[in-house]
Amino acid sequence: MSRKRTDYRSTFYSRIENFVNGKEDFLLYKPKGNTEAKQLESLEEELAEAADLLEQREARQKLQDRMAPLDYLKNFHKLYGVVAALVCATMMILLISTVIYLPPFGSPDNPTNNEVIERYIEKGEEETGAVNIVTGLILNYRGFDTMGETHVLFIAASCVMILLLIVEGEEKKSVYANDRYLEPGNDIIIQRVACFLIPVILLFGIYVILNGHLSPGGGFSGGAVIGAGLILHEAAFGFRKTERFFNEHVYKIAKVSALCFYVCCLSYYFYMGAHGYDNHIPLGTPGNIISSGLILFINIFVGTEVACTMYAFYALFRKGGL
Amino acid sequence: MRLFILILAVFLIVCAIATCVHKTLLASIIIFMAYSTIMSLIWAMLESPDLAITEAAVGAGVTSILFFVTLKKIRAVEDEQKTD
Repeated sequence: MSRKRTDYRSTFYSRIENFVNGKEDFLLYKPKGNTEAKQLESLEEELAEAADLLEQREARQKLQDRMAPLDYLKNFHKLYGVVAALVCATMMILLISTVIYLPPFGSPDNPTNNEVIERYIEKGEEETGAVNIVTGLILNYRGFDTMGETHVLFIAASCVMILLLIVEGEEKKSVYANDRYLEPGNDIIIQRVACFLIPVILLFGIYVILNGHLSPGGGFSGGAVIGAGLILHEAAFGFRKTERFFNEHVYKIAKVSALCFYVCCLSYYFYMGAHGYDNHIPLGTPGNIISSGLILFINIFVGTEVACTMYAFYALFRKGGL
Repeated sequence: MRLFILILAVFLIVCAIATCVHKTLLASIIIFMAYSTIMSLIWAMLESPDLAITEAAVGAGVTSILFFVTLKKIRAVEDEQKTD
Protein backbone atom coordinates (compact mmCIF):
# COMPACT_ATOMS: atom_id res chain seq x y z
CA MET A 1 0.00 0.00 0.00
CA SER A 2 2.78 2.37 0.85
CA ARG A 3 4.44 1.86 -2.51
CA LYS A 4 1.32 2.93 -4.34
CA ARG A 5 1.42 6.34 -6.00
CA THR A 6 -1.65 8.49 -6.50
CA ASP A 7 -0.17 10.97 -8.97
CA TYR A 8 -0.12 8.59 -11.91
CA ARG A 9 -2.34 10.88 -13.99
CA SER A 10 0.24 13.65 -14.19
CA THR A 11 3.19 11.40 -15.02
CA PHE A 12 4.84 11.03 -18.41
CA TYR A 13 3.75 7.41 -18.78
CA SER A 14 0.07 8.15 -18.24
CA ARG A 15 0.25 10.71 -21.04
CA ILE A 16 1.90 8.14 -23.30
CA GLU A 17 -0.84 5.66 -22.40
CA ASN A 18 -3.52 8.24 -23.15
CA PHE A 19 -1.85 8.98 -26.47
CA VAL A 20 -1.76 5.28 -27.37
CA ASN A 21 -5.45 4.94 -26.44
CA GLY A 22 -6.28 7.99 -28.53
CA LYS A 23 -7.61 10.10 -25.65
CA GLU A 24 -5.05 12.90 -25.88
CA ASP A 25 -2.70 14.25 -28.49
CA PHE A 26 0.78 13.82 -27.08
CA LEU A 27 2.35 16.50 -29.25
CA LEU A 28 -0.13 19.27 -28.36
CA TYR A 29 0.94 21.53 -25.54
CA LYS A 30 -1.63 21.76 -22.79
CA PRO A 31 -1.25 24.34 -20.02
CA LYS A 32 -1.57 22.85 -16.59
CA GLY A 33 -4.57 24.36 -14.88
CA ASN A 34 -3.76 25.43 -11.33
CA THR A 35 -7.16 26.79 -10.46
CA GLU A 36 -9.04 25.40 -7.49
CA ALA A 37 -11.91 24.10 -9.56
CA LYS A 38 -9.56 21.98 -11.60
CA GLN A 39 -7.90 20.72 -8.47
CA LEU A 40 -11.28 19.82 -7.04
CA GLU A 41 -12.20 18.03 -10.23
CA SER A 42 -8.99 16.09 -10.20
CA LEU A 43 -9.50 15.24 -6.54
CA GLU A 44 -12.98 13.94 -7.27
CA GLU A 45 -11.66 11.91 -10.16
CA GLU A 46 -9.02 10.44 -7.88
CA LEU A 47 -11.66 9.55 -5.33
CA ALA A 48 -13.74 7.83 -7.96
CA GLU A 49 -10.67 5.99 -9.18
CA ALA A 50 -9.85 4.88 -5.65
CA ALA A 51 -13.39 3.55 -5.24
CA ASP A 52 -13.06 1.73 -8.53
CA LEU A 53 -9.75 0.28 -7.43
CA LEU A 54 -11.28 -0.96 -4.17
CA GLU A 55 -14.13 -2.62 -6.04
CA GLN A 56 -11.71 -4.20 -8.48
CA ARG A 57 -9.58 -5.49 -5.63
CA GLU A 58 -12.59 -7.05 -3.94
CA ALA A 59 -13.68 -8.67 -7.17
CA ARG A 60 -10.16 -9.97 -7.74
CA GLN A 61 -10.03 -11.34 -4.18
CA LYS A 62 -13.31 -13.18 -4.75
CA LEU A 63 -12.03 -14.56 -8.01
CA GLN A 64 -8.79 -15.67 -6.37
CA ASP A 65 -10.76 -17.41 -3.63
CA ARG A 66 -12.72 -19.24 -6.23
CA MET A 67 -9.63 -20.06 -8.31
CA ALA A 68 -7.62 -21.30 -5.32
CA PRO A 69 -8.15 -24.98 -6.10
CA LEU A 70 -6.77 -24.30 -9.58
CA ASP A 71 -3.35 -23.18 -8.37
CA TYR A 72 -1.63 -26.10 -10.01
CA LEU A 73 -2.56 -24.50 -13.35
CA LYS A 74 0.29 -22.00 -12.88
CA ASN A 75 2.85 -24.70 -13.52
CA PHE A 76 0.84 -25.79 -16.50
CA HIS A 77 1.01 -22.30 -18.00
CA LYS A 78 4.77 -22.27 -17.54
CA LEU A 79 5.09 -25.57 -19.34
CA TYR A 80 2.51 -24.69 -21.99
CA GLY A 81 4.88 -23.05 -24.46
CA VAL A 82 7.47 -25.82 -24.22
CA VAL A 83 4.89 -28.58 -24.59
CA ALA A 84 3.21 -26.83 -27.53
CA ALA A 85 6.51 -26.55 -29.39
CA LEU A 86 7.29 -30.19 -28.64
CA VAL A 87 3.88 -31.38 -29.87
CA CYS A 88 4.23 -29.33 -33.05
CA ALA A 89 7.68 -30.73 -33.78
CA THR A 90 6.54 -34.31 -33.09
CA MET A 91 3.51 -33.95 -35.35
CA MET A 92 5.66 -32.48 -38.12
CA ILE A 93 8.15 -35.33 -37.91
CA LEU A 94 5.36 -37.93 -37.81
CA LEU A 95 3.48 -36.47 -40.78
CA ILE A 96 6.60 -35.99 -42.90
CA SER A 97 7.77 -39.55 -42.18
CA THR A 98 4.29 -40.79 -43.13
CA VAL A 99 4.40 -38.89 -46.41
CA ILE A 100 7.63 -40.71 -47.27
CA TYR A 101 5.80 -44.04 -47.14
CA LEU A 102 2.87 -42.90 -49.31
CA PRO A 103 2.65 -44.58 -52.73
CA PRO A 104 3.99 -42.48 -55.64
CA PHE A 105 1.65 -39.98 -57.26
CA GLY A 106 -0.29 -41.35 -60.22
CA SER A 107 1.08 -44.87 -60.06
CA PRO A 108 -1.30 -47.58 -61.40
CA ASP A 109 -0.54 -49.91 -58.46
CA ASN A 110 -1.92 -47.48 -55.89
CA PRO A 111 -4.46 -48.92 -53.42
CA THR A 112 -6.96 -46.22 -54.43
CA ASN A 113 -7.25 -47.82 -57.87
CA ASN A 114 -9.60 -50.58 -56.70
CA GLU A 115 -12.77 -52.12 -58.11
CA VAL A 116 -14.87 -48.99 -57.34
CA ILE A 117 -12.78 -46.83 -59.66
CA GLU A 118 -12.76 -49.62 -62.21
CA ARG A 119 -16.55 -49.75 -62.18
CA TYR A 120 -16.83 -45.96 -62.54
CA ILE A 121 -14.43 -45.83 -65.47
CA GLU A 122 -15.64 -48.90 -67.32
CA LYS A 123 -19.39 -48.63 -66.85
CA GLY A 124 -19.78 -44.93 -66.02
CA GLU A 125 -20.47 -43.75 -69.56
CA GLU A 126 -22.87 -46.59 -70.21
CA GLU A 127 -24.82 -46.20 -66.97
CA THR A 128 -24.98 -42.42 -66.61
CA GLY A 129 -24.68 -41.37 -70.25
CA ALA A 130 -22.12 -38.69 -69.39
CA VAL A 131 -18.87 -38.55 -71.38
CA ASN A 132 -17.26 -36.56 -68.57
CA ILE A 133 -16.82 -39.26 -65.94
CA VAL A 134 -16.30 -36.75 -63.13
CA THR A 135 -19.71 -35.14 -63.65
CA GLY A 136 -21.40 -38.52 -63.95
CA LEU A 137 -19.70 -39.55 -60.74
CA ILE A 138 -20.53 -36.55 -58.58
CA LEU A 139 -24.10 -36.04 -59.84
CA ASN A 140 -25.16 -39.65 -60.24
CA TYR A 141 -23.18 -42.16 -58.18
CA ARG A 142 -22.35 -39.64 -55.47
CA GLY A 143 -25.45 -37.46 -55.84
CA PHE A 144 -26.16 -37.51 -52.13
CA ASP A 145 -22.86 -35.75 -51.29
CA THR A 146 -23.47 -33.08 -53.93
CA MET A 147 -26.99 -32.46 -52.61
CA GLY A 148 -25.53 -31.87 -49.15
CA GLU A 149 -22.99 -29.43 -50.58
CA THR A 150 -25.66 -27.42 -52.35
CA HIS A 151 -27.67 -27.23 -49.15
CA VAL A 152 -24.57 -26.04 -47.32
CA LEU A 153 -24.29 -23.21 -49.88
CA PHE A 154 -27.95 -22.31 -49.34
CA ILE A 155 -27.51 -22.26 -45.55
CA ALA A 156 -24.35 -20.18 -45.86
CA ALA A 157 -26.17 -17.56 -47.95
CA SER A 158 -29.01 -17.54 -45.42
CA CYS A 159 -26.57 -17.02 -42.53
CA VAL A 160 -24.85 -14.12 -44.32
CA MET A 161 -28.32 -12.66 -44.90
CA ILE A 162 -29.18 -12.93 -41.19
CA LEU A 163 -25.96 -11.14 -40.27
CA LEU A 164 -25.78 -8.44 -42.93
CA LEU A 165 -29.25 -7.74 -44.31
CA ILE A 166 -30.37 -4.13 -43.84
CA VAL A 167 -34.13 -3.70 -43.83
CA GLU A 168 -34.67 -0.12 -42.69
CA GLY A 169 -34.99 2.60 -45.30
CA GLU A 170 -32.76 5.30 -43.82
CA GLU A 171 -29.75 3.06 -43.31
CA LYS A 172 -30.17 1.62 -46.79
CA LYS A 173 -30.17 5.12 -48.30
CA SER A 174 -26.94 6.00 -46.50
CA VAL A 175 -25.31 2.77 -47.72
CA TYR A 176 -26.29 3.64 -51.29
CA ALA A 177 -24.97 7.17 -50.90
CA ASN A 178 -21.62 6.17 -49.35
CA ASP A 179 -20.96 3.22 -51.62
CA ARG A 180 -18.27 4.79 -53.77
CA TYR A 181 -16.50 6.79 -51.12
CA LEU A 182 -13.17 5.04 -51.59
CA GLU A 183 -13.36 4.53 -55.35
CA PRO A 184 -13.63 6.63 -58.46
CA GLY A 185 -17.32 6.67 -59.27
CA ASN A 186 -18.32 5.22 -62.65
CA ASP A 187 -14.77 4.73 -63.89
CA ILE A 188 -14.81 4.86 -67.71
CA ILE A 189 -11.98 2.31 -68.16
CA ILE A 190 -13.67 -0.33 -66.02
CA GLN A 191 -16.98 0.27 -67.77
CA ARG A 192 -15.53 -0.08 -71.29
CA VAL A 193 -13.61 -3.23 -70.34
CA ALA A 194 -16.70 -4.63 -68.61
CA CYS A 195 -18.77 -4.03 -71.76
CA PHE A 196 -16.47 -6.40 -73.65
CA LEU A 197 -15.79 -8.89 -70.87
CA ILE A 198 -19.21 -9.48 -69.28
CA PRO A 199 -20.89 -11.10 -72.33
CA VAL A 200 -17.85 -13.36 -72.82
CA ILE A 201 -17.78 -14.35 -69.13
CA LEU A 202 -21.51 -15.08 -69.01
CA LEU A 203 -21.34 -17.04 -72.28
CA PHE A 204 -18.41 -19.07 -70.98
CA GLY A 205 -20.30 -19.82 -67.78
CA ILE A 206 -23.36 -20.99 -69.69
CA TYR A 207 -21.15 -23.10 -71.95
CA VAL A 208 -19.47 -24.74 -68.95
CA ILE A 209 -22.84 -25.53 -67.38
CA LEU A 210 -24.51 -26.88 -70.52
CA ASN A 211 -21.47 -28.96 -71.49
CA GLY A 212 -20.96 -30.23 -67.96
CA HIS A 213 -21.58 -33.83 -69.01
CA LEU A 214 -19.41 -33.58 -72.13
CA SER A 215 -16.38 -31.49 -71.21
CA PRO A 216 -14.61 -30.42 -68.01
CA GLY A 217 -16.68 -28.29 -65.73
CA GLY A 218 -20.20 -28.58 -64.49
CA GLY A 219 -22.76 -26.82 -62.41
CA PHE A 220 -20.52 -25.50 -59.66
CA SER A 221 -17.72 -24.14 -61.88
CA GLY A 222 -20.09 -22.59 -64.40
CA GLY A 223 -22.22 -21.06 -61.67
CA ALA A 224 -19.14 -19.52 -60.06
CA VAL A 225 -18.10 -18.05 -63.44
CA ILE A 226 -21.57 -16.54 -63.99
CA GLY A 227 -21.59 -15.19 -60.43
CA ALA A 228 -18.21 -13.54 -61.06
CA GLY A 229 -19.62 -11.94 -64.22
CA LEU A 230 -22.58 -10.53 -62.28
CA ILE A 231 -20.22 -9.19 -59.60
CA LEU A 232 -18.14 -7.47 -62.32
CA HIS A 233 -21.29 -5.90 -63.73
CA GLU A 234 -22.28 -4.50 -60.37
CA ALA A 235 -18.76 -3.27 -59.58
CA ALA A 236 -18.55 -1.47 -62.92
CA PHE A 237 -22.02 0.01 -63.34
CA GLY A 238 -23.37 0.35 -59.79
CA PHE A 239 -26.31 -1.13 -57.96
CA ARG A 240 -29.16 0.48 -59.83
CA LYS A 241 -28.28 -0.90 -63.27
CA THR A 242 -27.80 -4.42 -61.89
CA GLU A 243 -31.06 -4.23 -59.98
CA ARG A 244 -32.91 -3.73 -63.24
CA PHE A 245 -32.45 -7.39 -64.14
CA PHE A 246 -31.30 -9.04 -60.90
CA ASN A 247 -33.04 -7.92 -57.74
CA GLU A 248 -34.28 -9.63 -54.60
CA HIS A 249 -37.44 -10.88 -56.31
CA VAL A 250 -35.53 -12.64 -59.10
CA TYR A 251 -33.03 -13.97 -56.57
CA LYS A 252 -35.69 -15.55 -54.38
CA ILE A 253 -37.55 -17.18 -57.26
CA ALA A 254 -34.40 -18.43 -59.05
CA LYS A 255 -32.68 -19.78 -55.97
CA VAL A 256 -35.57 -21.51 -54.23
CA SER A 257 -37.02 -23.00 -57.40
CA ALA A 258 -33.57 -24.22 -58.51
CA LEU A 259 -33.05 -25.93 -55.16
CA CYS A 260 -36.53 -27.51 -55.23
CA PHE A 261 -36.20 -28.86 -58.78
CA TYR A 262 -32.71 -30.11 -57.98
CA VAL A 263 -33.93 -32.08 -54.97
CA CYS A 264 -36.85 -33.43 -57.05
CA CYS A 265 -34.43 -34.68 -59.75
CA LEU A 266 -32.15 -36.32 -57.22
CA SER A 267 -35.07 -37.83 -55.28
CA TYR A 268 -36.02 -39.69 -58.43
CA TYR A 269 -32.54 -41.24 -58.54
CA PHE A 270 -32.61 -42.04 -54.83
CA TYR A 271 -36.06 -43.65 -54.99
CA MET A 272 -35.27 -45.72 -58.07
CA GLY A 273 -31.88 -46.75 -56.76
CA ALA A 274 -33.10 -47.66 -53.29
CA HIS A 275 -35.91 -49.87 -54.60
CA GLY A 276 -33.82 -51.46 -57.31
CA TYR A 277 -35.99 -50.23 -60.19
CA ASP A 278 -34.66 -49.56 -63.65
CA ASN A 279 -34.02 -46.00 -64.78
CA HIS A 280 -36.81 -45.07 -67.21
CA ILE A 281 -35.33 -41.78 -68.39
CA PRO A 282 -33.68 -42.27 -71.80
CA LEU A 283 -29.94 -41.62 -71.67
CA GLY A 284 -29.59 -40.65 -75.34
CA THR A 285 -26.42 -40.95 -77.36
CA PRO A 286 -23.33 -40.14 -75.28
CA GLY A 287 -21.70 -37.06 -76.80
CA ASN A 288 -24.87 -35.19 -77.73
CA ILE A 289 -25.88 -32.08 -75.82
CA ILE A 290 -29.26 -33.57 -74.92
CA SER A 291 -28.20 -36.84 -73.38
CA SER A 292 -27.34 -38.44 -70.06
CA GLY A 293 -30.84 -38.17 -68.59
CA LEU A 294 -31.27 -35.82 -65.67
CA ILE A 295 -27.61 -34.78 -65.36
CA LEU A 296 -28.04 -31.84 -67.76
CA PHE A 297 -30.96 -30.47 -65.74
CA ILE A 298 -29.22 -31.04 -62.42
CA ASN A 299 -26.23 -29.12 -63.80
CA ILE A 300 -28.46 -26.20 -64.78
CA PHE A 301 -30.09 -26.11 -61.35
CA VAL A 302 -26.78 -26.31 -59.49
CA GLY A 303 -25.38 -23.56 -61.74
CA THR A 304 -28.33 -21.25 -60.99
CA GLU A 305 -28.01 -21.91 -57.29
CA VAL A 306 -24.25 -21.25 -57.19
CA ALA A 307 -24.45 -18.12 -59.36
CA CYS A 308 -27.20 -16.68 -57.13
CA THR A 309 -25.22 -17.51 -53.98
CA MET A 310 -21.98 -15.94 -55.25
CA TYR A 311 -23.72 -12.75 -56.30
CA ALA A 312 -25.74 -12.66 -53.06
CA PHE A 313 -22.57 -12.86 -50.95
CA TYR A 314 -21.10 -9.87 -52.78
CA ALA A 315 -24.29 -7.81 -52.71
CA LEU A 316 -24.92 -8.51 -49.03
CA PHE A 317 -21.39 -7.54 -48.07
CA ARG A 318 -21.50 -4.45 -50.26
CA LYS A 319 -24.92 -2.93 -49.65
CA GLY A 320 -26.64 -5.15 -47.11
CA GLY A 321 -29.34 -6.32 -49.48
CA LEU A 322 -30.01 -7.60 -52.93
CA MET B 1 7.72 -28.96 -68.89
CA ARG B 2 9.20 -30.29 -65.69
CA LEU B 3 11.17 -27.08 -65.23
CA PHE B 4 7.96 -25.07 -65.68
CA ILE B 5 6.21 -27.09 -62.97
CA LEU B 6 9.18 -26.58 -60.65
CA ILE B 7 9.11 -22.82 -61.23
CA LEU B 8 5.36 -22.78 -60.54
CA ALA B 9 5.83 -24.76 -57.33
CA VAL B 10 8.53 -22.36 -56.12
CA PHE B 11 6.25 -19.40 -56.88
CA LEU B 12 3.44 -21.14 -55.00
CA ILE B 13 5.54 -21.54 -51.86
CA VAL B 14 6.83 -17.97 -52.08
CA CYS B 15 3.28 -16.64 -52.48
CA ALA B 16 2.00 -18.74 -49.58
CA ILE B 17 4.71 -17.44 -47.25
CA ALA B 18 4.36 -13.85 -48.48
CA THR B 19 0.60 -13.92 -47.85
CA CYS B 20 1.20 -14.72 -44.18
CA VAL B 21 4.19 -12.44 -43.68
CA HIS B 22 3.09 -9.27 -45.48
CA LYS B 23 1.97 -6.48 -43.16
CA THR B 24 -0.57 -4.73 -45.40
CA LEU B 25 -3.87 -6.63 -45.61
CA LEU B 26 -4.61 -5.33 -49.10
CA ALA B 27 -1.27 -6.56 -50.46
CA SER B 28 -1.81 -9.90 -48.71
CA ILE B 29 -5.08 -10.40 -50.57
CA ILE B 30 -3.50 -9.53 -53.92
CA ILE B 31 -0.72 -12.06 -53.27
CA PHE B 32 -3.41 -14.56 -52.32
CA MET B 33 -5.03 -13.97 -55.73
CA ALA B 34 -1.69 -14.71 -57.38
CA TYR B 35 -1.47 -17.88 -55.29
CA SER B 36 -4.88 -19.03 -56.52
CA THR B 37 -3.98 -18.31 -60.14
CA ILE B 38 -0.77 -20.37 -59.88
CA MET B 39 -2.73 -23.12 -58.14
CA SER B 40 -5.26 -23.25 -60.99
CA LEU B 41 -2.38 -23.52 -63.51
CA ILE B 42 -0.99 -26.42 -61.49
CA TRP B 43 -4.40 -28.11 -61.42
CA ALA B 44 -4.58 -27.78 -65.19
CA MET B 45 -1.13 -29.35 -65.53
CA LEU B 46 -2.12 -32.21 -63.21
CA GLU B 47 -4.88 -33.00 -65.76
CA SER B 48 -7.82 -31.93 -63.66
CA PRO B 49 -9.39 -29.09 -65.67
CA ASP B 50 -12.60 -29.22 -63.59
CA LEU B 51 -10.70 -28.11 -60.54
CA ALA B 52 -8.71 -25.56 -62.56
CA ILE B 53 -11.88 -23.77 -63.73
CA THR B 54 -13.35 -23.80 -60.22
CA GLU B 55 -10.12 -22.58 -58.62
CA ALA B 56 -9.78 -19.74 -61.12
CA ALA B 57 -13.39 -18.61 -60.65
CA VAL B 58 -13.77 -19.13 -56.90
CA GLY B 59 -10.25 -18.82 -55.50
CA ALA B 60 -8.87 -16.02 -57.65
CA GLY B 61 -12.18 -14.28 -58.36
CA VAL B 62 -14.99 -14.47 -55.88
CA THR B 63 -13.07 -15.14 -52.64
CA SER B 64 -10.64 -12.27 -53.17
CA ILE B 65 -13.46 -9.89 -54.07
CA LEU B 66 -15.27 -10.89 -50.87
CA PHE B 67 -12.05 -10.19 -48.94
CA PHE B 68 -11.78 -6.74 -50.58
CA VAL B 69 -15.39 -5.89 -49.74
CA THR B 70 -14.85 -7.02 -46.15
CA LEU B 71 -11.77 -4.81 -45.86
CA LYS B 72 -13.84 -1.89 -47.09
CA LYS B 73 -16.64 -2.77 -44.69
CA ILE B 74 -14.37 -2.77 -41.63
CA ARG B 75 -12.64 0.40 -42.91
CA ALA B 76 -9.24 -1.28 -43.12
CA VAL B 77 -8.46 0.25 -46.52
CA GLU B 78 -6.78 3.60 -46.04
CA ASP B 79 -8.93 6.59 -46.79
CA GLU B 80 -6.78 8.55 -49.22
CA GLN B 81 -9.13 11.46 -49.64
CA LYS B 82 -9.15 12.21 -45.92
CA THR B 83 -5.39 12.06 -45.45
CA ASP B 84 -4.74 14.42 -48.36
